[in-house]
Amino acid sequence: MPVVIDAATALKGKFSLATDRPSLDCPAVNVPAKDLIAALTYLRDEFAFDMLVDVAGVDWAEGVSPRFAVVYHVFSTTRHVYLRVVAACANDAAPTLPSAVSLWPGANWHERECYDMFGITFAGHPDLRRILMWDGYPYFPLRKEFPLAGIETVLPDAEVAAETQAKVIAAPMVGGPFVATSGEINLTEAEPRAKDEAWSERRAKPEEPKSQP
Amino acid sequence: MVTSNSELAYDSKIEGEVVVSRVDSIINWIRSNSMWPMPMGLACCAIELMGVAASRFDIARFGAEVMRFSPRQSDCMIVSGTVTYKMAPHVRRIYDQMAAPKWVIAMGACASSGGMYRSYATLQGVDRIVPVDVYISGCPPRPEAVLDALIKLQAKVKKERSSKNLLSA
Repeated sequence: MPVVIDAATALKGKFSLATDRPSLDCPAVNVPAKDLIAALTYLRDEFAFDMLVDVAGVDWAEGVSPRFAVVYHVFSTTRHVYLRVVAACANDAAPTLPSAVSLWPGANWHERECYDMFGITFAGHPDLRRILMWDGYPYFPLRKEFPLAGIETVLPDAEVAAETQAKVIAAPMVGGPFVATSGEINLTEAEPRAKDEAWSERRAKPEEPKSQP
Repeated sequence: MVTSNSELAYDSKIEGEVVVSRVDSIINWIRSNSMWPMPMGLACCAIELMGVAASRFDIARFGAEVMRFSPRQSDCMIVSGTVTYKMAPHVRRIYDQMAAPKWVIAMGACASSGGMYRSYATLQGVDRIVPVDVYISGCPPRPEAVLDALIKLQAKVKKERSSKNLLSA
């Protein structure tokens, strides 16, 4: 993939604050928030990254600074290469980044989901509403301090809530699929990602690493 | 000469066959054998619900083949799938639009109890917002289980005191 390495190198040459990012697959670049839109525009116009595959948020936990980052996966449909661009949000309390909707209209819903789950606002977004949770939901569920079970709050519809006396409750976690009593099962084996089934008839099963230092 | 009608009871030659029964039994017989479902398909259970309606399992054998996509024309809401908190008020409103008498079947683990979705976004059992008559276990349930639930619901309807409920309503 010499072409895409060129794109990453050129990006670092054009934006002096851009740095390499460790990656297991496609090349990845860290970009400061102020250069984000310029860098994405540069990639789209000069290197034909005409497709925004995904926009994902990352919460690096409370106390870490910068706490929030947004990951952009871009793809070139003419050159068939991927590139990952990561921008950290400067403000940890009210994270914000410029919106990429003007570059790729497909960014619209990705950024809405990112806002819905992490509370990262995208300046210049035409319609920044929640997309999965309902309007008026008071929390951002994928932030680290938010428990998986949820926090008790009211139903989205006040009439139905008054009629049924139902509330959004913290879900019972014990015995659930994501909870195992410690010691009962090997958590490493229980994790779906531990079952490496990347091999098939055509691709041999990778050898177990033999030497353990 | 004036002849008086000597027959005190009905004349089967004129009026045909007559069956004597109780009002409750007749109403319940009618209700239980034409139970039009409201398919509240919310997730993968809805695929299985389609299988129940199709020819192999054929819910028409039990008089419940007329899937109505309008709550005003249906008798039995089959909640098939995961009910999120965002969807829950709509499920309740659709239930409210159904004309009485109405029944609810919670199909599958998610509708019955939240199932594997023990999370901030999922209603932990549809019985928190609507009264459920029959629960079906399974993830998703086999079509036979849905038929069994329908038969159980029919048995329940046949025991109702319909005329009394109608008069007191």
